Amino acid sequence: MNPEPDEFSRRSVTRVVPPVNPRKLAKVPFVELADGRLQGVVSSGSDIARVYVSSIVADSHEFSCSTNNNRPCGGLGSRPCKHLQSMVAEAVVQYGYARVVRFLRVEAPADGTATDIVHGLKGGPRRAQVAEVFTRFLRHLAYLEQPGTNEPLPDMQWFPAMGAR
Amino acid sequence: MQPAAIAPLLNEPPAGVTETVTLIGDFDEYLTQGFARPDARRADVLDGVVAGLAGTPLGRPVAEAVAKLTSGPIGFEQLSVLAGARAALWGAVHDALSAQADEAAGRRRPDWPDITVAHSADTPISAVTAARSWLNDLAVLGWNGLDHEVVSAVNQPVETLLASPEHRRLGLLLDGFAAELRACLPIATLERIPTRRWADLWTRAVLLASGHPAAEAGTVTGRFLPLGTEILEHGTVFQVRVHGLLETKDGPPIQVRASVAASKVDTILGPACWRLLSAHGVLLTALAEHRAVTLTDMPILPGGELLWDEDHAAIGDEADPFATARVRLAESVPAAVPPLERHPVALAHPVFLEGYKVGGDERHPVVFELGDVSLPVAVDRLPDSGPLNGKLVSGSAACIGLLRWDGEWLLQPLAVLAKRKGTAVHTGDWAKGPTDPKAQKAEAKAAESVNVLRERAGRLLRK
Ligand SMILES: [Zn+2]
Repeated sequence: MNPEPDEFSRRSVTRVVPPVNPRKLAKVPFVELADGRLQGVVSSGSDIARVYVSSIVADSHEFSCSTNNNRPCGGLGSRPCKHLQSMVAEAVVQYGYARVVRFLRVEAPADGTATDIVHGLKGGPRRAQVAEVFTRFLRHLAYLEQPGTNEPLPDMQWFPAMGAR
Repeated sequence: MQPAAIAPLLNEPPAGVTETVTLIGDFDEYLTQGFARPDARRADVLDGVVAGLAGTPLGRPVAEAVAKLTSGPIGFEQLSVLAGARAALWGAVHDALSAQADEAAGRRRPDWPDITVAHSADTPISAVTAARSWLNDLAVLGWNGLDHEVVSAVNQPVETLLASPEHRRLGLLLDGFAAELRACLPIATLERIPTRRWADLWTRAVLLASGHPAAEAGTVTGRFLPLGTEILEHGTVFQVRVHGLLETKDGPPIQVRASVAASKVDTILGPACWRLLSAHGVLLTALAEHRAVTLTDMPILPGGELLWDEDHAAIGDEADPFATARVRLAESVPAAVPPLERHPVALAHPVFLEGYKVGGDERHPVVFELGDVSLPVAVDRLPDSGPLNGKLVSGSAACIGLLRWDGEWLLQPLAVLAKRKGTAVHTGDWAKGPTDPKAQKAEAKAAESVNVLRERAGRLLRK
């Protein structure tokens, strides 16, 4: 259905969150557009027990990358490291190029790629809150540990799957 | 169902529905602007709500709440009275529409049993208090007044609510609601605001956070014949709701539903979601292989909701849902609707249609033309976790679906028979994995995601 704007506001059931695309999670298990940042967790190429926490602030484009133990990323100079680049690339797969550009408010060509977004970042490196993002990731993982339920959950009637392609 | 049974629905809404829906729309406009900014024109809106409920049991409390709202600081108590008023208006619309559909189908729906359920008088846990204060903030600020800080304030309470079985329902609702608000920030720059939807979600959340009475379960024994499956989901939950008929020892079959849900994250999507429900092997087998299920002392709520427990279920013989729909649906008895669930969004009358022509218009890409009336088909409500898609619906000769209402009557398809060859396709066909090679490949890839995240969780969460 393609409701008119007016009709959109008069529906109980309508798609509000744009659909996300499936992607491989091994390299970047977590990425999100939240709290005014593009932020995520990137697996270390060498150490299976280590992850990097990367983030880019919308608007200012200040970026940061550290290990989950709060050690600064060795690859981070005045420009984004490979972790940040991977995170942007996976965000583009998951959310689509246009949505990431709009969220970060970055100047980039209309039909560009993740590289264009990285080039368009006008901020510099800045230490950020690692713990906050890492906690979001742990909370994300915790969803998979939660038991299911056989309750009817009548409120889910507002959330029909709307995914057929 | 014959076209003649659908026609009266499509001609005209029952008396009072249009006026009530307009009144609700005015209230929703008020909520969009926020309660913090009362002005004369907007005061009229609340007066309209008060007038609309005058003479009902809600009339007085609503009048009092409105009087307090306009004269002092806004408290959760007043908001919960207003949410109750809005829900009551929808309840009246629901009842009128449901009665209209039941009458057209020649069904008599039993009344809700007069059971008084005690509200818990316990002091709410602190996460519920935090959720109330968040809902309060939303109402005061209005959708346009929200920012990242306000929206994120719900994260912590949601985490606690989800971890507590008796508060899970509120947690799931708030999680889905907050994700929408977050995705729309800054809302002031939005081209269009889902005014009614967000007011609905806000209302539901306020009512649940006010203390929600739970009905007591009984048990049933008999044969469960699935009719069709709807899938409900947001970023962090996947729910399968199976509509079916229950044959018991005596009397006509009754309409029941079985629902199972699993927590997930947004990157787990498509057919791979079924894997999260693998603990419900009997139910999934029944869907994938079109079989009946023998229930023995299965718990059931008075609204016809089975509390699915595999210890009380055994897989039965083959049972073609189209045979069930064709032969048994017409004589089946619907369940009463619990008072709190009376909202048009909950209308989901199972129907079987055939002999229609498929058309389409500007507003609806697919409509079923039944004689001289046309019923819009909600092809946007087809899940990507099953094989049924819009093309199959367009090429169908018969359809099992749910009669829905969202400003107008709609048909949500659950299964179709193709015009050519008569092949049946059901939304739940992939319950035990896709049967189509291309989808199988995609599913295997997506299943890897589940494994990656489980592995990460094992490593990081249990440190
Ligand atoms: Zn790095």
